[in-house]
Amino acid sequence: MLLYIAPVFLPLIGAAITGLFGRFLGDRPSQIISCGAMGLAALAATFVFIKVVMNGEVQQIYLFNWMTSGTFQVDWALRIDELTAMMVFTVSVVSFLIHVYSIGYMSHDSSIPRFFSYLSLFTFFMLALVTSDNFLQLYFGWEGVGLVSYLLIGFWYKRPSANAAAIKAFVVNRVGDFGLGLGILAIYLTVGSVSFDEVFAASPGLVDTEFEFLGHYFDTLTVICILLFVGAMGKSAQFLLHTWLPDAMEGPTPVSALIHAATMVTAGVFLVARASPMFEYAPTALAVVTFVGATTCIFAATIAITQNDIKRVIAYSTCSQLGYMFFACGVSAYSAGMFHLTTHAFFKALLFLGAGSVIHAMSDEQDMRKMGGIWKAIPLTYVLMWIGSLALAGVPPLAGFFSKDIILESAFAAHTGLGYYAFALGIIAAVLTALYSWRLIILTFHGKPRADEKVMAHVHESPPIMTIPLILLAVGAIISGYLLLPMVGSHSDFWGTSILVLPHHHALEEAHHVDFWVKALPTIVAVIGILAAYFLYITKPHLPGVLAQRLRPLYLFSYNKWYFDELYNFAIVRPVKYLGYGLWKQGDGGVIDGIGPDGVAASAVAIARRFIKFQSGYVYHYAFLMLAGVAVIITWILILG
Amino acid sequence: MTDWPILSTVTFLPLLGAAFILLIRGDEAIIARNSRHVALWTTVITFGLSLLLIANFDTTTSDFQFEENAAWLPEFGIGYHLGVDGISIFFLLLTTLLVPICIISCWEAVKTRVREYMIAFLVLETLMIGVFSSLDLLMFYIFFEGQLIPMFLIIGIWGGARRVYSAYKFFLYTLVGSVLFLLAILFMYFQAGTTDIPALMNEVWAPAVQTWLWLALFASFAVKLPMWPFHTWLPDAHVEAPTAGSVILAGILLKMGGYGFLRFSLPMFPDASEFFMPFVFSLSVVAVIYTSLVALMQKDMKKLIAYSSVAHMGIVTIGLFTFNGQGIEGGIFQMLSHGVVSAALFLIVGVIYDRMHSREISDYGGLVHRMPVYAFVFMVIMLASIGLPATSGFVGEFLIFVGAFQVNTWVAMLGLTGVILGAAYMLWLYRRVIFGDLTKEKLKTITDLNMREIGFFAPLVILALFMGIYPKPFLDVLHVSVENLVQQTQAARVGGGEVVADLFPEAIAKALR
Repeated sequence: MLLYIAPVFLPLIGAAITGLFGRFLGDRPSQIISCGAMGLAALAATFVFIKVVMNGEVQQIYLFNWMTSGTFQVDWALRIDELTAMMVFTVSVVSFLIHVYSIGYMSHDSSIPRFFSYLSLFTFFMLALVTSDNFLQLYFGWEGVGLVSYLLIGFWYKRPSANAAAIKAFVVNRVGDFGLGLGILAIYLTVGSVSFDEVFAASPGLVDTEFEFLGHYFDTLTVICILLFVGAMGKSAQFLLHTWLPDAMEGPTPVSALIHAATMVTAGVFLVARASPMFEYAPTALAVVTFVGATTCIFAATIAITQNDIKRVIAYSTCSQLGYMFFACGVSAYSAGMFHLTTHAFFKALLFLGAGSVIHAMSDEQDMRKMGGIWKAIPLTYVLMWIGSLALAGVPPLAGFFSKDIILESAFAAHTGLGYYAFALGIIAAVLTALYSWRLIILTFHGKPRADEKVMAHVHESPPIMTIPLILLAVGAIISGYLLLPMVGSHSDFWGTSILVLPHHHALEEAHHVDFWVKALPTIVAVIGILAAYFLYITKPHLPGVLAQRLRPLYLFSYNKWYFDELYNFAIVRPVKYLGYGLWKQGDGGVIDGIGPDGVAASAVAIARRFIKFQSGYVYHYAFLMLAGVAVIITWILILG
Repeated sequence: MTDWPILSTVTFLPLLGAAFILLIRGDEAIIARNSRHVALWTTVITFGLSLLLIANFDTTTSDFQFEENAAWLPEFGIGYHLGVDGISIFFLLLTTLLVPICIISCWEAVKTRVREYMIAFLVLETLMIGVFSSLDLLMFYIFFEGQLIPMFLIIGIWGGARRVYSAYKFFLYTLVGSVLFLLAILFMYFQAGTTDIPALMNEVWAPAVQTWLWLALFASFAVKLPMWPFHTWLPDAHVEAPTAGSVILAGILLKMGGYGFLRFSLPMFPDASEFFMPFVFSLSVVAVIYTSLVALMQKDMKKLIAYSSVAHMGIVTIGLFTFNGQGIEGGIFQMLSHGVVSAALFLIVGVIYDRMHSREISDYGGLVHRMPVYAFVFMVIMLASIGLPATSGFVGEFLIFVGAFQVNTWVAMLGLTGVILGAAYMLWLYRRVIFGDLTKEKLKTITDLNMREIGFFAPLVILALFMGIYPKPFLDVLHVSVENLVQQTQAARVGGGEVVADLFPEAIAKALR
């Protein structure tokens, strides 16, 4: 049992020690403690992976009761099945490598213990998320990773832009969490429990039941699944809720690699796969997932091709790849989505850390327009970036080839309108993926140096503490696709009972039998993309500029990220501020106080003033009033009498 | 132990301390020092004694415990009756916990009229404990309204520049509620012939009577809580009040409105409560969204936190009026959590106010460079305030929404938007005060928390986390009493809402719905 708990709690212990005592321990011990704890966690996770996936020893571990109120009962408990074990393995191994890399990358920073503490804390929350036994504990991990993401994006808190990005990330994520929260409430209301076992057991019985939500009646599972998916969209930066992810690149690069590429952002995909026993019975919700995923995958790719910040290109690429994972889930090929999630974790972490290595070499320059011509100076990084890009573009036999292929084939094999939609967009996005990846490589490494001499003189390869984790990730990016192919094999029971696919949802099974052209197309378009990039940026390097001029509106639309930030600012942020100010000054200050206390006080004063006037002090005033009063009273009596 | 009137002791011990302070003689410095010490020790002992209450508390019964009953004015059916149940015990403990913290927090900040200040606090403590322990309506009223006087003085004498305006505003608002409350008490007394609360709970009131009584009580509690639109006294009162005054105001006085609903409105007038449920929900939802938006635009830290309190209390009233176990338990838990968290937030503002004498957000920035411990405390408390899971704020809020979702999905959804806005204004506050570069000349010498300050923050931070990770001990105490309350409302309420509705012209009834 200890073995199962270890991967989750070792990072927490590491985080607590370095966070609370880091300032007294010093930098080096903090690094050793957190990396050591993380290393042990990764080791334990490997054993857990072997035990669970190979030997099928699924475990549920009860820790203690969290809250009970009437029939609403939630426990702290771990649930370790195949899906979890896979995630625990990926998260802890990638996290460990990034911890080690960070020793080198952050060596000049002034608050090293804090950084490592956050990094370990993040890993703890992420592992708590994937090992949760019920929806509420998942929510705990979910918000927890959001919190640490906030802390890490704003790690360099002197920068105003980093602080703004951190808040944006948290608040946009909260919009998603709002959906997830409502989804959990709806689950409790319909099932009477939030534990996975009970909810999943009850979900077949919920088919064709209706549920009152906001005054209308809807199909129960459709509502619940869509609400859950809203949460997933927030965390996984899907279309409409994606705006925080590119800004999150304000954080240190290892953070971008760990949180905003390899692990946290995939939590949404994990959630959909975890909740597959519900999504399977909610075809409308699956259609929404497919649509949003496919749209995101093309949308993000169109932005990535014009960005100049090396990290932003990779960030949009992440967004786009997450789209692939989602539409795989949408066509019930959850295991294909999870497969891509795993391979993506390796090659995207590799790309980010490689970019970090470049940034490190270029004296913290991130703008690709100021790079170029450095491949000879940092050959190892150059090679590693090639490996990462090849894997991303899906060139055989690297990892991305296997996973992206099976996703596209599944989408095609679903033989539904949306399936074809996803397939078509996925293919176009694949061209763009290859195009922007090699645009990145060529702009960064080739051509004439565009940086100033001082920077160029300083270009150097990163130390081994950074390059060794990179090499290990590169190994993962090369072999993980082939090794993990059983995940999506036909009639494979890799996932045991952790993922449910109904018999009539056979996209994944059919995917093994699609026509040859469907299987070959992703690879062909990837090569086309690479050649196009070569043509545009090496053969005719003036052409991109000309194109940008000719297609100026299109270029600007892409360059400005479809104007989403401007739109949200105009439609949401500014009205909210305006409304807040108006309610404060006009509502509270004007109406409520005006009629309430200030008004009462003012009228009391006004009435008092009138009475003061009566007290003039002149006897004839009083005498006149008395006489007038007597007259009135007598008249009154006479009339009544 | 059983014969000892422990509840009376806890209630009146602070008053004894206050009397003792009056006797201190000597020059001003000696008086100040001794007053502080007497006040501190009195309140600490009171807290210790109140822990005995919870240690000996029986969680299996919903009856009142540690009851003390003495004839006071027997010919009028008015008695001296004390007792606590699962609902009131934690409010009592919260009071006895926060007062010593307040005393420590103003150890150095208050320099003028120290003796009077300490007396005011001790008297206030007796009155506050009395509110939660009295089981006689007249006593309750005396305690409930009596605290206005020390609070008025605390704001009016030790407050900021516009203290007189604020004190009067506070007084005016509360007074209107009180007058109606008094009328209701008189009416109930003449109808039932007693002011004993348990006896009154068994009384069955005609629907028409319920409606008017409910409204009269509502006026008082809604101002205290405060509910929108009776909230504008709160930001002003907080801004001008000294730190410890704000702590008591936010930590305990606001909870009395909620406690009043739990003790009187719900169990005694269930039909009326049922009828007015949509009305309360509407006000609560407006409060949550409205005041969160207003909080977003505040430039003064205390005002921001004050507005956030209104929003949080709006969520509490949603919970209380769901009439189900989860909602009510959540509401109570959220009040306790808010008691801890808002108290800590006002102390957090107090710490930097003591150093810089400014509450303007724009006067700060980059404090983390000089005050890492402070930044950590602020972070934990801020997270509890925005209801992150594993903090106290989450448990209360989530239970409330579990309750509310069963009753009305609109209310739950609109209430949840407050959660998004809450994150926005708190994070923004934190960013502007704590993060950023330390550029302001004046801040370059600011010092981090000293041991005294760490000492009073520690229990609050620990509680905020403990209540979030392991709320079971708290919820266990609530269960039986809340269940009893739910049954009281259910039993009386069968078809009640409709009967009450008939009393109103159709148009008004519809509007209220």
